[in-house]
Amino acid sequence: MTRLIDLYRRIPAEWRQLAILAALIFLVFPLGLSLFRLNLVGKYLSFAFVALGLVLCWGYGGILSLGQGVFFGMGGYCMAMFLKLEASDPVSTAIQSTPGIPDFMDWNQLTALPWFWEPYHSLAFTLLAILVAPTLLAYLLSLAMFKRRVGGVYFAIITQAVALILSTLIVGQQGYTGGINGITDLKTLMGWDIRTDSAKYVLYFVNAVLLMLCLLASRFILGSKLGLLLVAMRDKEERVRFSGYSVADLKVFIFCVAAMFSAIGGAMFTLQVGFMSPSFVGIVPSIEMVIFAAVGGRLSLVGAVYGCLLVNYGKTYFSEAFPDLWLILMGSLFIGVVMFFPNGLAGLFASGPIKPFVDFWRWLTTLRHHLPADRSHPINQKG
Amino acid sequence: MGDASSSEIFATLLMQGFAGLSLFSVLLLMALGLAIIFGQMGVINMAHGEFMAIGAYTTYVMSQFAQEHELLDVYFPFALLAAFIIAGAAGYLMEILLIRHLYKRPLDTLLATWGASLILQQIFRSAFGAREVSPELPEWIMGSMQPAEGIDLPISGLFVLGLSAVVTAGVALMLFKSRWGLGVRAISQNRVIAGAVGIDTKRIDRLTFALGCGLAGVAGAAFTTIASTGPTSGSLYIVDTFLVVVFGGAASILGTIASAFAIGQAQSVLEFLMTGSTAKVLTLVSVVLILMMRPEGLFSAKVRR
Repeated sequence: MTRLIDLYRRIPAEWRQLAILAALIFLVFPLGLSLFRLNLVGKYLSFAFVALGLVLCWGYGGILSLGQGVFFGMGGYCMAMFLKLEASDPVSTAIQSTPGIPDFMDWNQLTALPWFWEPYHSLAFTLLAILVAPTLLAYLLSLAMFKRRVGGVYFAIITQAVALILSTLIVGQQGYTGGINGITDLKTLMGWDIRTDSAKYVLYFVNAVLLMLCLLASRFILGSKLGLLLVAMRDKEERVRFSGYSVADLKVFIFCVAAMFSAIGGAMFTLQVGFMSPSFVGIVPSIEMVIFAAVGGRLSLVGAVYGCLLVNYGKTYFSEAFPDLWLILMGSLFIGVVMFFPNGLAGLFASGPIKPFVDFWRWLTTLRHHLPADRSHPINQKG
Repeated sequence: MGDASSSEIFATLLMQGFAGLSLFSVLLLMALGLAIIFGQMGVINMAHGEFMAIGAYTTYVMSQFAQEHELLDVYFPFALLAAFIIAGAAGYLMEILLIRHLYKRPLDTLLATWGASLILQQIFRSAFGAREVSPELPEWIMGSMQPAEGIDLPISGLFVLGLSAVVTAGVALMLFKSRWGLGVRAISQNRVIAGAVGIDTKRIDRLTFALGCGLAGVAGAAFTTIASTGPTSGSLYIVDTFLVVVFGGAASILGTIASAFAIGQAQSVLEFLMTGSTAKVLTLVSVVLILMMRPEGLFSAKVRR
């Protein structure tokens, strides 16, 4: 036994954390939870891809994106378009006035499939689109901004505007996108029914494996020289630039990685939940995704996954049990995380759980300094 | 419109232009407060929309009071003043509690103020209900004016236009003629040096933040003449307002005016030609594209950073 503990201690802390997370995701959840709950966890974990991306680009790169829902949504919509086309074969849509096109197009008096839907008959194209389209958008967006050395708050606002644009577009173009309801009634993937119990188990594990791969990839990026440069750039951008590195390229790269992760998460979300809608694209979901990463710890890859699970579980629980409290709780979470534990749960483990209380005490005491001084106290009496 | 006479086309154009003008004045009123805060402190206040809602709800409460005491004709100017004071006080409080701890972390301010906006939204919902409310408006602000045959201009639009002109002039006057304005201009050029020559930067920050929030309150009060207010109506316009500020270039009142004008006119003209959502998307896309080509905005302040 002591040997085992010894062995355990000799593993580097990062791998230990990763192993614990893997055990939780691959063993504890599948064995301990009902299928309904497991599916819910799978849904939460699909958001963890986004949070991972945010740890990379926000925590390490210093680039806050308030539009990660855009990439999540693009991945999800690409997947949903493929599945929808498969679900709307001429036989099962025979009652429509134009059989063979998705039902919402029929409702919106479209008589032919729009051209940009055509390639989504092919699974290979769809998978490629999931990975490439969001990354390309991220590339163009970030290249234009970072080459001109615009970042920080400006970048956050622009990404937020993009989230508004995409969600408005999706809601407005009902005939092409399914509008506010999104793309629903997804049934099969290459003839394999994704709604059965066994499919849900399989998809959960596919999602988990992909998440682990993304974790390892992030670990690799951060462990490489690039990761070092990233941190250096976040802390002293000018020095990195003067050392001869292209700061813009670094930022563009890490933002693209984050976008691609988010898109994978979006596609897995669609597969597991069975629909995609603009409510995962707009401003509010995008900024909620930031809080997943912030709660877990913006500097901890593993923490981001825990943050996702925790916040989403809290959301499911509180928005059902105390719908009035949820918004206030969410708001306090934003404020509390930023003010008292900026490094999230992971920071709580690293610096000891005492720190937030110390910060809170400081906050209180500065507040007291701010209030008008007590005139009766001798120290405050002039003359 | 093949058989429409030229005077009818002219009237339509004029009314369309006026619709753009009223959108412009609303955007300008909303953006002014945000612009002075952003210009001086580099802080984007995500709860700006909720301060607008504070102003709007203040007007609503005042109108209820006025209705009981039959003061409907005269209450509105007082409502504007009350909206300014209450929203400003709320802003002052928020500066003390939140913002001043985060000046060195602008991205975190974004998140913290977003959190504050969520809390405020829930407070509005609990206090006033989830349904939208509109204050009882005085007689003189309703109805419309007909300067010529076929032209119909709503008085409320004219009122908001006038109000935004007055407020903008007031802010510009204060920025360039008052002690506070001197401090603001010094701080936005170089905070450290401004502090070194004896400007109380913390006090000026607090005042500016409160003033910006107060202006948001005035915008909200003015907005009640055009649309009704709900718990989330503040967040509806917030992204447009951010874009106006960023598009205009930080720390430039002239830039804010110009960009509010451009965005307001573009959106209303496009809305005339196509559906509302497409018009909005097109406007936003063009703003984002222009910003990608010219990230410092239309009028960039020549400040060494």
